Amino acid sequence: MTRISWRFSRVWQRNFLVYRRTLLVGFMPPLLEPLFYLLAFGVGMGLLIGHVHYEGRDMTYTLFIAPALIAINVMSNAFYENTYASFVRMYYQKTFDAMMATPLTIEEIIAGEMIWGASKAVLATAVMMSVISCFGLIRYPDGLLLLGIAFLGGLAFASLGMMFTAVIPQIELFNLPVFLFITPMFLFSGTFFPLENLPLWVQRFALTLPLTHLVNLCRACAYGSFAPSCMGGLVYLFALTLVLFPLAIAAMRRRLIK
Amino acid sequence: METAVPVVEARDLKKYFGARPAVAGISFDVHPGECFGILGPNGAGKTSTIRMIYGLSPIGGGSLKIFGRHIGMDYRRIKARIGICPQDNNLDPDLTVLQNLEVYARYFFIPPARARRRALDLLCFMSLESRQKSKVTELSGGMMRRLIIARALLNEPALLILDEPTSGLDPQSRHQVWERLNELRSRGMTMLLTTHYMDEASRLCDRLMIMDRGRILVEGTPAGLIRDYVGEHVIEVGEPTDELRKHVRVSGLVHEDLEHLLIIYGNRHDRIYHEIAARYCPEGCLMRTATLEDVFLKLTGRGLRE
Repeated sequence: MTRISWRFSRVWQRNFLVYRRTLLVGFMPPLLEPLFYLLAFGVGMGLLIGHVHYEGRDMTYTLFIAPALIAINVMSNAFYENTYASFVRMYYQKTFDAMMATPLTIEEIIAGEMIWGASKAVLATAVMMSVISCFGLIRYPDGLLLLGIAFLGGLAFASLGMMFTAVIPQIELFNLPVFLFITPMFLFSGTFFPLENLPLWVQRFALTLPLTHLVNLCRACAYGSFAPSCMGGLVYLFALTLVLFPLAIAAMRRRLIK
Repeated sequence: METAVPVVEARDLKKYFGARPAVAGISFDVHPGECFGILGPNGAGKTSTIRMIYGLSPIGGGSLKIFGRHIGMDYRRIKARIGICPQDNNLDPDLTVLQNLEVYARYFFIPPARARRRALDLLCFMSLESRQKSKVTELSGGMMRRLIIARALLNEPALLILDEPTSGLDPQSRHQVWERLNELRSRGMTMLLTTHYMDEASRLCDRLMIMDRGRILVEGTPAGLIRDYVGEHVIEVGEPTDELRKHVRVSGLVHEDLEHLLIIYGNRHDRIYHEIAARYCPEGCLMRTATLEDVFLKLTGRGLRE
């Protein structure tokens, strides 16, 4: 890791510049997605379900899923940025090759990519929060912590995505981790129904999934119920990032330096 | 020139991919201000050599010094002073022409104001000033090449590496690129060039080496190599008769017999040419000035590679 310095920011800047050029495309999903979900699930399903019991509180279904939507959004933004988008830059556009011919190191390039992935998740979270706040579903000022959680969770999923990018031979194969990993997490991480009603083994299994912890943390921030019990989730995401971030860099180094 | 520190100093340089040696121990120097060419058929080890020089690929053995520094130690300082024009187009398709240069300048930590000035100067130098705002994907092949060369010059390099700079370009674009490269050469830029085009090598290189199967076959100036390995002239005879073959053998002329074509190398061939033309080639034969291509084919053989 001695080959990493603040120079990674140049890679970040490059991606930010492209993001700004296509601002509308970047802003539309986090702006519209929560609206669709809140409408479909919150209003549609909510009428069927009524209230949900979560950690000793009764709440509307809309209030229950709103923070989960943010967590899912963090996961998908970071994961997709550092899988499909990074792969296109690496494999088709040869952007990393061009960067490696400069004083930047491969470590800085990949670190810049992952930190960008996490930043993109934060930007999307900010947009999404502004929409969800209009429905009064986030309690402030605690809600602002969501931005920090988004960065941490974003970095965890960015590193995870980059791990796949480092080993996958062709872009179509990303369907595999998406289908086997992202989609099940999207459904079974306490996102759309509380885990506490499920059998114990299911709950235990759910606790191994990073999204479960991200969802719990997002709820704690949005409801203003951040308690010491949330520390477990924070530690989990922190530890996961601490392991995967350098591992992803090492794997990419193996792929690109021959 | 001999006393100055060589820009590139390779000693017994090696590179392996698995057990297969791509570069099997080569030694050469590139001196300040010269254009040095690396020629060779596919798989000769040219690109592997170049990739080690610009730090994209760790060396597999021997030693490699750039600007007098070991490549493994001072990679950042070395890379800051090298400009690279790679074989594959790796311009950033998400950015405009000007942005490509400005963003690339950032990777070298060139301050924004200076980067902008330098980018605009280089766009003029490469006759691209009217395309500043174009997307890279809208450029022709020749324009993309010129933009890549402009990008390689952003950091005012002390060594410019050109990996097949005119592959796939039309004749007009090739000449334009050559003209720009010649201008850089006349300003004293040190250049390292790989190419498949012998006319390009003769035109641009002060010195060159021909590689094959990871080794250096010969090294020298283009004119010197032609003189030493084929001579001034080449006589080509289509569908040679057995009589001619015998004559050539008996007279001890240096030649190559390709079944349907007999190639005779040597100096002061006027007399021999007239003799052969009159006595052995009723259908006519051809005498031409020897080129680097003759040297190349003579040394690396005519069999297809890969």
